[in-house]
Amino acid sequence: MTPAVLTGDLGRTFTAKPFGSKSHKPVTVTALSHVNLEIPPGELFGLLGPNGAGKTTLIRILSTLLLPSYGKAFVGGYDIETHPQKIRSLINMVSGGETSGYGMLTARESLWLFTQFYGIPYNEAFKRIDYLLKVVGLEDRANVKLHDLSTGMRQKVNFARGFLNNPSVLFLDEPTLGLDVHIARGVRTFIKEWMKEEEGRTILLTTHYLQEAEQLCDRVAIISDGKIIACDTPDGLKKLIPGRIRLELVIQPVNGRTPSWNDITGLNLIEEKEADNEILFRFLLNDEGIVHHIMNRLVNSEARILSLKKHEPDLEDVFVAITGKKLCDDETAEPPEIPEQ
Amino acid sequence: MIEGEGFWKFLERQIRVIIARAYVRVVGMNREPSWMLFDVSLPVLYLAAYLFLYKSMNADETFMGCLVLGGSMVGFWMNVLWGMAGQFYWEKEMGNLQIFFLSPISRMSILIGMALGGMYSTIIRTLVTFFLASWLFHVPFHVTNIWTLLAVFFLTLTALYGLGMIGSSVFMLWGRKGLFLTELLHEPVFFLSGFYFPVRILGFVVAGIASVLPITLGLDGMRQVIYGGVTNIIFLPVGTEILLLGILTVLYGIGACYFLNVMEKRAKQDGRILTRWL
Repeated sequence: MTPAVLTGDLGRTFTAKPFGSKSHKPVTVTALSHVNLEIPPGELFGLLGPNGAGKTTLIRILSTLLLPSYGKAFVGGYDIETHPQKIRSLINMVSGGETSGYGMLTARESLWLFTQFYGIPYNEAFKRIDYLLKVVGLEDRANVKLHDLSTGMRQKVNFARGFLNNPSVLFLDEPTLGLDVHIARGVRTFIKEWMKEEEGRTILLTTHYLQEAEQLCDRVAIISDGKIIACDTPDGLKKLIPGRIRLELVIQPVNGRTPSWNDITGLNLIEEKEADNEILFRFLLNDEGIVHHIMNRLVNSEARILSLKKHEPDLEDVFVAITGKKLCDDETAEPPEIPEQ
Repeated sequence: MIEGEGFWKFLERQIRVIIARAYVRVVGMNREPSWMLFDVSLPVLYLAAYLFLYKSMNADETFMGCLVLGGSMVGFWMNVLWGMAGQFYWEKEMGNLQIFFLSPISRMSILIGMALGGMYSTIIRTLVTFFLASWLFHVPFHVTNIWTLLAVFFLTLTALYGLGMIGSSVFMLWGRKGLFLTELLHEPVFFLSGFYFPVRILGFVVAGIASVLPITLGLDGMRQVIYGGVTNIIFLPVGTEILLLGILTVLYGIGACYFLNVMEKRAKQDGRILTRWL
């Protein structure tokens, strides 16, 4: 079976002239490095990584907007460099946080404009448009001009645009970015249903929302500094860190004394957050025996324990264990909704 | 063309794209009728300053006619610069450019759609300005041959918008830097193309060089036909100008296709299609 997406040793570098530097030598930045991926048709594949990891660069190459510096990439069996038009007829892409269209047109007209790029006849186009506007909760705003819609609403119109041509391969680049909780949940449900509607539909989803990746994806690749460092099902990835547990500890220090964790072997401090004289620590432990050392330190520092929770590891823990880095900043770490369990 | 797609299917799809992109401009104009007030009243006011001067000097009516026609046609050059060449910059800013490049369409169809939509609004503006200025300042005109006039007019537009399409490819690669080029082209082109005077005054060599801009030949040809019988302002015979405009149309059309392909490839190599701050 022809893979929906196939890359072989794919890489991309950018050169830029440094601003304000005495040196006029261009600086080369590696955005993607030797990426090898194979996504079969019908898979919802996630690409998980922090900002600047290379997720968007990979999507731009696969959607024919950017040429690779080296390596090969195929979408639907077609080479992105030699058959871009064929690929464009099979794909679509939605970037979260983006808007598109023209302010003077209504949401419905704007989507009609984009259906014409795929040669969709008038009646069929409006049938699809009305259905998609309902999905994104804009059926009552269909005839409102885009410049009279809020930014979030324009994002929803842009999301709907991605499904207009019934693509075989859909690239979703942070699709729920900036969407409100209710709509983000609806978008995820729609993505799952859309995949089920027709066999062979493929989605490549980039996200830094862990729960989104866990909830939606059949397989997830973790990308960091342009390299794919792990690729498996969400459960398979968690098995990469067997026996590990995550601990969340909230303490109230006494006399300003906080315990030190540096020299405890097998203890990885993922996060430390202080507010209102309370400190939250998130640890990843190699084994449960380490809890004993933590408790000793707490006793020595006389800190008050406000809460202590043990969790199974999630994809962020996997990411931290593999890369030694956090996946994302505090502001972006939470998904736009409490995940459905 | 997509592999496996027949010619007629391809053509149908491109026509749909052209209509859809032109629709944006036509609808935009109809939904913002205030443009008519500004786009017509301001050029007429601008022309009025010169026309009062000419009148006070008892200048030949032919020269006043040159001014009225040139001033009315200014809209086309502005539309080509800002509505065609510069439009890709704004499309990039609005997030539309990447959708054009994601879709299995010819970039030329998008540009033709833009051109047709732009022509529609600019023709209305030009006609209203021309007739209003001619009526207000009693500038007589006498069209000697309507078909010749239409031939010169439409060939001028096709060549001019072809030039605008070449400009679009520059904007695709240069982005904001292209805006400086647009600024740079304003006044020199107004001068060299003889918008407000017969280009013949500049001498044959300068007028010849300025003829790479279709509007130079177009204005000269239309003046000959609209102000029938005038001979003292002619740069080239109208037949020659029609021929040259036809050649320019073909050259700029081919040039636009070529440059769009080259610039798209370079933009994809450099990653400039989506880089908004450029």
